[in-house]
Amino acid sequence: MSTAATTVNHAATRDEAHVETDQQMWTIKGQLITSLAALGLGGFIGMFQAIERIQITLPPFGPFENYYQGLTFHGVLLAFVFTFGFANSFVSWTTMRGFGRPLRSNMLAQGSFWLLLGGTVLGAIILTLNEATVLFTFYAPMQAHSTFYLAAVFLVLSTWATLANIVLTYRAWRAEHPTEAVPLMGFVSITTYIMWGLASLGVAILVLGMLLPWSLGIMDNTDPQLGRTLFWLTGHAIVYFWLLPVYISWYMMIPKQVGGRLYSDGLTRFVFILFLLFSIPTGLHHQYTDPGIHEGMKSIHLLLTFVIFYPSLITAFTIMAALEHGGRRAGGKGLFGWVMALPWNNPAVVAQLLAMLVFTLGGVTGLVNASLTVNMVIHNTAFVPGHFHLTVGTAVALSVLGICYWFVPYLLQKPLFSPKLALWQAWLWAIGVLIFSRGQMSGGLDAQPRRTMLGEASYSLPGWEVANWLTAIGGVVMTISGLLFFVVMIGTFLNKRAETPEERGALDPPMPDPPIHDHRKSWKVFDRLGFWTLVAFILILIAYIPVLMLYLPAEFSSPGVRVW
Amino acid sequence: MKIDRFEKIFMLLGVGVLIAGLIAIAISVIHYGIHLPSPDGRIAPAEVRATSPFDEPGVYETGDGEYEVIMLAETWRFVPDEVRVPAGSEVTFRIASPDVVHGMLIEKTAVNVMIIPGQISEVTHTFDEPGEHLFVCHEYCGTGHHLMSGRVVVE
Repeated sequence: MSTAATTVNHAATRDEAHVETDQQMWTIKGQLITSLAALGLGGFIGMFQAIERIQITLPPFGPFENYYQGLTFHGVLLAFVFTFGFANSFVSWTTMRGFGRPLRSNMLAQGSFWLLLGGTVLGAIILTLNEATVLFTFYAPMQAHSTFYLAAVFLVLSTWATLANIVLTYRAWRAEHPTEAVPLMGFVSITTYIMWGLASLGVAILVLGMLLPWSLGIMDNTDPQLGRTLFWLTGHAIVYFWLLPVYISWYMMIPKQVGGRLYSDGLTRFVFILFLLFSIPTGLHHQYTDPGIHEGMKSIHLLLTFVIFYPSLITAFTIMAALEHGGRRAGGKGLFGWVMALPWNNPAVVAQLLAMLVFTLGGVTGLVNASLTVNMVIHNTAFVPGHFHLTVGTAVALSVLGICYWFVPYLLQKPLFSPKLALWQAWLWAIGVLIFSRGQMSGGLDAQPRRTMLGEASYSLPGWEVANWLTAIGGVVMTISGLLFFVVMIGTFLNKRAETPEERGALDPPMPDPPIHDHRKSWKVFDRLGFWTLVAFILILIAYIPVLMLYLPAEFSSPGVRVW
Repeated sequence: MKIDRFEKIFMLLGVGVLIAGLIAIAISVIHYGIHLPSPDGRIAPAEVRATSPFDEPGVYETGDGEYEVIMLAETWRFVPDEVRVPAGSEVTFRIASPDVVHGMLIEKTAVNVMIIPGQISEVTHTFDEPGEHLFVCHEYCGTGHHLMSGRVVVE
């Protein structure tokens, strides 16, 4: 296999060759390819949802029997396959680099890849057959074919395999370094996956304990309200599982890429510990309007949701400080001169800078959603997809594209094809999503429902026409941007392999320098990972046991229904 | 732990902003008397159409200027899909679903509620001004989801 030559050839040090073994690097590439394929297909389908609003229906609507089948594809491919595949790939790699050793288990690394691929193929088949048009939230008692739930199990198991591998890798490192501080890149990688491991318990119980046996006919009825509560136990934290791999890039690589340094090791650890603790006990803010959940419990989750906003506020300052540090070192002067001095010709950086800018709007609109009074105006309206195309659709997706602009050339040992085209891609995405989300949000404020085939709806209101046109135009611009990304990727793949030491050196990954205030000034207690995991688990119990106590006995009275 | 001065100030400001936001929400809840939907009873989906009050959906006057709307949200319609009340009426909607999850959002109001099989949804709103309000199902409920709507006519 060619990767053997790659690994030895480009290795700057013997250590690097030792860390990146053939048996694992192909899984990292495989996970990334699966992820990007899902992004390409899922994103492309998304365009048809956007232009349906201005009553344009074109193929490939043909293969899909209806709008909602396409929407299910869009959601499942982007929210699960794209994000899981990227996290498995990138965070496995940062784990290896962070701890300076290969992943502990080849079997888990390869198993994780096969599970992801298997889940994706199973899901794609059953969706194509129109047996699971239930959207990515698959709310019962809408009942998909059991294969759909099995596919979900595979996808989650794939992340669990990677989690287990990361934990084993950490333990192997710890056995050899009993007293050292956990390396920062290893720390942010493992906390991301531990958080997700806890968060995914909700959906694991839902699918294994309720939906899968129910779809197989082992159980006659289900409880939709209980199901939604379990879904959202996972469903809010999952957004941080999408986001944190990107935060790893923002904290670890971006400072290096702009020629600056991260300020504080301790605050970085603090931020990731906060995500571990508070991502999960916030799920009820997705259920403010659910009839079966007590108002008082919803208010408690409101408080906790505001807490989880806090680490992102700190991040805004910390990353901005690292950017300013880089900009000033590059000769930027004055209050804003450093901004101009950033490397605006480097698409890997520009994509992520634009993603950060858009994320400020995403964060603010997220607070709108979380505020239970204002939520009554926008809950389940088009405002919500307007919001999350700024967050997962841009802060995450555009950053992933930016990361690919150095990660893929590094993995292939081939220079990036046409950085100029990549720059166009980044700007077009940012402009496109701002138009798109402006459309969705104004529509939402005018009572436009989300996930609805509006072009064919039996109702309309003044104001929706402008909203729909903006959404459609923005969606098309984003699609063109996405197309450019794949042109750049395919061009890179077809490029000649780097030969000379200079050519290879230019592809070296941006590995972080120690922060200005390094780990010696950080609180040692941050490294007590077992302890924090336990605290996070206890917080979940505190946030959810009263919800269950007030709710039980469960209401298992809903038979499965097929409505498509 | 070493935290730079500006960062410390920013972190404190951040706490302040979030607390201010929470206080604003608390004030608006108390001042405007906003309530979120809360449990109002349960009903098995198979029994909805045969069980009082949902066996006779409609608009009922329950007191002076007070109305109760007994409503079914089903694939893919609301029953009734037109609610006529005089201006100034306080209207309580009690809604149940005999099939899948639905939602109801009434434009230009704070009425926004999920309708979940097994649960009864209850929301109250006072319609002060004469006029029309579109209401729509805002949760995907199948291929006819975008056909599911109705209107409140305030006379």
